[in-house]
Amino acid sequence: MPPVTDLEAPVAGGACDGGVNFAAAMTAGEAEVARIMQICNACRYCEGFCAVFPAMTRRLEFNAADTHYLANLCHNCGSCLYACQYAPPHEFMVNVPQALAKVRVRTYQDYAWPRAFGALYERAGLTVAFALSGGLALFMILAIAMNGRLIHEPLKGNFYAIFPHNFLAALFGIVFLFALVALGIGVLKFWREVSPTRGDHPADIAAAARARMPAVVEAVNDVARLRYLGGGHGEGCNEGDDAFTLWRRRFHHFTLYGFLLCFAATCVATLYHYLFNLHAPYAFSSAPVILGTLGGIGLIVGPIGLLWLSLKRDALRSDASQKAMDRGFIMLLLLVSITGFALLLLRDTSAMALWLAIHLGTVMALFLTLPYGKFAHGIFRSAALLKFNIEKRMPNRLGLGGE
Amino acid sequence: MKKSSPMPDVLVIGGGNAALCSALMAREAGASVLMLESAPKEWRGGNSMHVRNLRCMHDEPQDVLVEAYPEEEFWQDLLKVTGGITDEPLARMVIRHSSRCRPWMRKHGVHFQPPLSGALHVARTNAFFMGGGKALVNAYYRSAEAIGVEIRYDSPVKSLELKDGRFIAAMTESGERITAKSCVLGCGGFESNLEWQREAWGQNERGEWTAENFLIRGTRFNQGVLLKFMIDAGAETIGDPTQAHCVAIDARAPLYDGGICTRIDCVSLGVVVNREAERFYDEGEDFWPKRYAIWGRLVAQQPGQTAWSIIDRKAIGRFMPPVFDGTQANTLSELAVKIGIDPAAFVETLAAYNAACQPGTFDHTALDDCRTEGLTPAKTHWARVIDTPPFYAYPLRPGITFTYLGMKTDATAACRFGNAPSDNLFAAGEMVAGNVLGKGYTAGVGMSIGTAFGRIAGVNAAASTGHRHPTFHEELAYAAGH
Repeated sequence: MPPVTDLEAPVAGGACDGGVNFAAAMTAGEAEVARIMQICNACRYCEGFCAVFPAMTRRLEFNAADTHYLANLCHNCGSCLYACQYAPPHEFMVNVPQALAKVRVRTYQDYAWPRAFGALYERAGLTVAFALSGGLALFMILAIAMNGRLIHEPLKGNFYAIFPHNFLAALFGIVFLFALVALGIGVLKFWREVSPTRGDHPADIAAAARARMPAVVEAVNDVARLRYLGGGHGEGCNEGDDAFTLWRRRFHHFTLYGFLLCFAATCVATLYHYLFNLHAPYAFSSAPVILGTLGGIGLIVGPIGLLWLSLKRDALRSDASQKAMDRGFIMLLLLVSITGFALLLLRDTSAMALWLAIHLGTVMALFLTLPYGKFAHGIFRSAALLKFNIEKRMPNRLGLGGE
Repeated sequence: MKKSSPMPDVLVIGGGNAALCSALMAREAGASVLMLESAPKEWRGGNSMHVRNLRCMHDEPQDVLVEAYPEEEFWQDLLKVTGGITDEPLARMVIRHSSRCRPWMRKHGVHFQPPLSGALHVARTNAFFMGGGKALVNAYYRSAEAIGVEIRYDSPVKSLELKDGRFIAAMTESGERITAKSCVLGCGGFESNLEWQREAWGQNERGEWTAENFLIRGTRFNQGVLLKFMIDAGAETIGDPTQAHCVAIDARAPLYDGGICTRIDCVSLGVVVNREAERFYDEGEDFWPKRYAIWGRLVAQQPGQTAWSIIDRKAIGRFMPPVFDGTQANTLSELAVKIGIDPAAFVETLAAYNAACQPGTFDHTALDDCRTEGLTPAKTHWARVIDTPPFYAYPLRPGITFTYLGMKTDATAACRFGNAPSDNLFAAGEMVAGNVLGKGYTAGVGMSIGTAFGRIAGVNAAASTGHRHPTFHEELAYAAGH
């Protein structure tokens, strides 16, 4: 149920009944989250680890939308599993990170736009493979169609001799815009489903309005610092066992900022092109190349590290069926950065067109799968964090009065 | 760093908080340490995997602890709950130790956090473990392994070989004889031993074996094997076998390891009736956190050792959410039928209670003026008419957390034979808790006792083998008050 707004009003279900009216409408995964959260809510030992548990304590029951919200708040750091007195082999079989992971991937799927494309999450490995082979084939064919061959006399790194600038800008612009729209529509649906201001209480609506700006600031901070990969105490996540490590946060930082630097390189190059009439190829010492190189390094170190951690992670806390999605996305990022460096190094040789086609093909595959792959986790988790930061600034109308 | 010698300096028997504190301290002192945990690795830690916080004395605000909780106030609280059945010098040592032990706990990886929501009433007195007791136990095991304590799981000890009050060897269930220069017993009370509980509580006037209806809130591994051995070997003991940390919990909790989440927190918001549909105690005597520890015994005295906490819709959202759903009904007689007690008697009890409720201003966060008049037993606070459907019932049973029967000891944590302390055999944790807790309980004090005696036992066991702890003596001198 949503956060309680008026205690005297009839509570649908109530804390103490079977909660069947909600359970009936739930998927098995959502019902499992609701079952586990009822146990966690009576225990609360893990409250200090992350945002999931404080959000939980504002509720007495958990409907489908609540489970979606909590699933996306969870960063799968693992702290609550190793600390749990009710984890397997206990008969309560509490495994919060795994139960939330299973619901989380369903939310990406259910909120995908167009809806039918959500099915791509069920074949995540195949989706990446098709996108990649399609992207590579497309640019190989285009290169040959537009130039007659892939191997050529050295062109001093002039990419536009192979593909005209405006053609590339239009092609990638359209695909990127589509990815933004698709993700935007999806996250909007998610946002509207669980709203801290859903109650009619005027005080709540006013409190939510006041909360919005500071909440945005804190949520951006949470995302930028990847606060919840710190494990509450700042010593990091669990990986193979109950010991903490900060490597997952570090590799995520390499990946996130690597991605953003590469994006910045593209933006700066676009400005150079249209605003200052400065055309590629840019010198090694130019801003786009330096930004792209730094970003590319991040996108090599980060994904390799994340892949390594994913290989040694405790199976108990992961959803095995998501490995293809996770590792497919990691491999795409890695391929983009590796082929980018290959192109940079070989841009003055006769193999430039070939490597340009390969690099653009992998970038295209990445762009195409942004709304239908692991990339969505960054968007949905950020939205959940913003929701949490608004909600926690609102009055809590549960008056539990101490146990 | 890891020493694996055929004959360790210190053998620690047990695997919970007290045993781990002993092992860590003895190893810090330079002794070689072997620890025997009876449970498999996934169940390690005894009752400590269920604990939540540490009751701490402090004279001024300290990180997660607000205001002050001076020695005298802590002592008075302990005096009150134990009804004076305590050992003042030992109790004060535990109290003072609690004021200085947390830096050491942090060093070994324990994280503290501000109090949990719904537990703000202990923000001043108790430091909460981030992630609870299992996180603490995990941290201690990691630290113990890192500094070279040898740990064996699945290693229950059957008996000890003693000579003139000195420890010689431990015999494991698998028949191995393990010798060591000294030994710490940190292997818990006998709460998990249902046969022993049955015998200790005996038959009541109704012919019922009272303990047959008990649930054990903690580990299944505290069978009291070595406690029994020590009693039979003539060690000095302390405590009454029926005294324990005993609370009323949900009757549907598992027999073992139900832990914190099986507690029922709505008692003070409604009424409690037994199988005969009779009320038997003032549900609103005081705030629930100050009363939950007496309700286990109260329920144990009822027929069938069972009772039901009854509330109506007005109470929903005002208490910590329970782990099991309550039985729900739209009328009181329907509720009685559903829980299997006589509807006529139940409705009569509730009618008498409702008629006795005086007008007042309900406030569940204060000792309010809502009380009954002319009712026996009275309900002295939060007495509101139970009239708003749906009505809910939660079944109660006694839940034993840990037993107080143990080894008599002194400030050295030594076991005693014939009024003399052993040179090399020490005890800690639940095995000596009865020295401080003759009866009753106050949140977090079990960990204060376990940590103090665990550390002292480890230091003294190491000292008996010629290894002096580098820093503890100063800390202990303060705690011991000289």
